[in-house]
Amino acid sequence: MSNAVIQIKDLITQYGDKTILDGINLDFYSGQVTVILGGSGCGKTTLLKSIIGLVSPTAGEVRIFGEPFGAADEAHYNTTLRRIGVLFQNGALLNSISIAENVAIPLEQHTHLDHSLIDTIVMTKLHMVGLDHAANLLPSELSGGMRKRAALARAIALDPELLFCDEPSAGLDPVTSAALDNLILTLRDQLNMSVVVVTHELASIHRIADRIVFLDQGKILFCGSLAEAKTSNVSEVELFFKTGSF
Amino acid sequence: MAKKTSDHIQKPARIYYQDTQLILEGPLSNQTIPALQKQLKRMQLDIVGTIDISAVNYIDSAGVAFLEELTDRTGSTIDLLKANENGQRALETFSSRKNQKPEYLPEPGFFESIGNAVYDIKDSAINFLYLTSEVVLWSFYGIVHPGSRRKGSVIQQSYLIGSNAVGIIALLSFVLGLILALQSAAQLRQFGANIYVADLIAISMVREMGPMMTAIIIAGRSGSAFAAEISTMKVTEELDALQMMAINPISYVVVPKFLAITICMPLLVTLSMILGIMGGFVIGLTYLDLTFVSYFNETISILTAEDLLVGLSKSVFFAWVIVIIGSYFGFKAQGGAAGVGKVTTSAVVASIFAVIFLDALFSLIYMI
Ligand SMILES: Nc1ncnc2c1ncn2[C@@H]1O[C@H](COP(=O)(O)OP(=O)(O)OP(=O)(O)O)[C@@H](O)[C@H]1O
Ligand SMILES: [Mg+2]
Repeated sequence: MSNAVIQIKDLITQYGDKTILDGINLDFYSGQVTVILGGSGCGKTTLLKSIIGLVSPTAGEVRIFGEPFGAADEAHYNTTLRRIGVLFQNGALLNSISIAENVAIPLEQHTHLDHSLIDTIVMTKLHMVGLDHAANLLPSELSGGMRKRAALARAIALDPELLFCDEPSAGLDPVTSAALDNLILTLRDQLNMSVVVVTHELASIHRIADRIVFLDQGKILFCGSLAEAKTSNVSEVELFFKTGSF
Repeated sequence: MAKKTSDHIQKPARIYYQDTQLILEGPLSNQTIPALQKQLKRMQLDIVGTIDISAVNYIDSAGVAFLEELTDRTGSTIDLLKANENGQRALETFSSRKNQKPEYLPEPGFFESIGNAVYDIKDSAINFLYLTSEVVLWSFYGIVHPGSRRKGSVIQQSYLIGSNAVGIIALLSFVLGLILALQSAAQLRQFGANIYVADLIAISMVREMGPMMTAIIIAGRSGSAFAAEISTMKVTEELDALQMMAINPISYVVVPKFLAITICMPLLVTLSMILGIMGGFVIGLTYLDLTFVSYFNETISILTAEDLLVGLSKSVFFAWVIVIIGSYFGFKAQGGAAGVGKVTTSAVVASIFAVIFLDALFSLIYMI
């Protein structure tokens, strides 16, 4: 078994008095695509945000690359972040600058590459997500699906070791969605990237998932390989793989 | 076709009472229910056993809600056997029986709200001081390491804060000088003290009105823009994205504004002083029969370097207050577009208040 890149111990996250994540224990392994599944509002985005420190957990510990990870230790947090890419559910592109500039930001901030090289890398990443023609447009001039892809290009700008994607294929047509899945698989194989993906698309799950985590009401209902998930007798998981709904 | 359907939904429905049975006829839709409810109010219902909906040809969700309320109130049942297939399906689809009660958080009591308010104030004060220290720290860092900023961001902000405000500040200051001079001219004239209008305008524009007027305009123009920009970035998760790229949001977003406004404010205030004095000058020449030379000499002789220093140094503090309050409210925003609107208003009100308060404080300090 490959070693764990993310280790989560007894994670509890609350918004006010409302408990969203209730005692999560989970490991994510290097070089694997792990899919987080679960009904709308069950806390998938919250789990991602708790892992990357955007939401501070009420209790529990998150370790990334073997070290405790959280906004408290700022210097360590920031150096580790350079090895992590995040695709937000809404894209979260900076609206005042073009797509190409958005993708260039992490490169400008965290490398000393010269500009021509950065430009080339930016165009390569945009090409990988099929947006080379849109490089100079502003985020507001793109469609929802294009924004998603641009945000993915930014998330992979630094070739991170760990990539988080919150619903990468929501709002995309099946062909583009399949292309993105292929991109994720390529990155995994090429860079031994570990990927955590939140998605509901059954087709997409079949294509990319090495491992499945099924979340329900803040608890882990099922965790195992895709093959195990398909033959699981946990009723919710069974239902999902039979019908594609929760 | 569509028209026909809606016609038949809007046809009046009827309700009547017969042998412990309530009988409904016609469509039960959100259009016909109000009339039915009126009819129902006028009826005397003794015992209602069943509700017969066999003659109902259409039911929407309002119809189902109405029927359910009716059965609850009269303790009756709906005669489902007689309902047609469509009616049964509607009752199934729109039934509110399965609805879950929404969660209500208990309203805090009087003392609890006071306690919460105190905690809120404490938190706000801590956050505000924290933000201030971060802004100052990152600004110094930004001056020492210009590479840490996005290229051209200070120039871009200076353009937005400074250049774009030149016209309005010039115009308003000129008018302000005009008004001040006009108001005092009448009084000064009575004593033949015409020339002192130059002193009055020079001192008040340089020490008070110039800095204050400019600060209030900038608070309205740029303070609101800061709050709106930052809060939008917050609600669209752009700030989270910055943090994930290990970029400090304060250094990326606030510092260019901080540096730009620190440069622009004294320049704008200088402009305002000059234009204000020119406004007074126009009144002096036309209404008070002063000559250009005497007015000019009087202005120069009364103004000291200290006056100028007071005015300009004040303006820098005003500028900082505007940036920090605008940013503070921006970062505080919560919950979508409505949140953006709310913090924008608060930011303007709070920064104008702070500017005036600070000005009073400065006046006191200089008096001593
Ligand atoms: N900022 C917040 N403040 C309070 N409650 C929140 C906040 N964000 C999310 N929640 C609550 O947390 C719960 C989980 O939200 P989350 O965004 O993690 O769901 P999700 O599984 O990602 O859903 P989806 O598939 O629709 O994106 C929801 O019930 C929501 O009401
Ligand atoms: Mg989500």
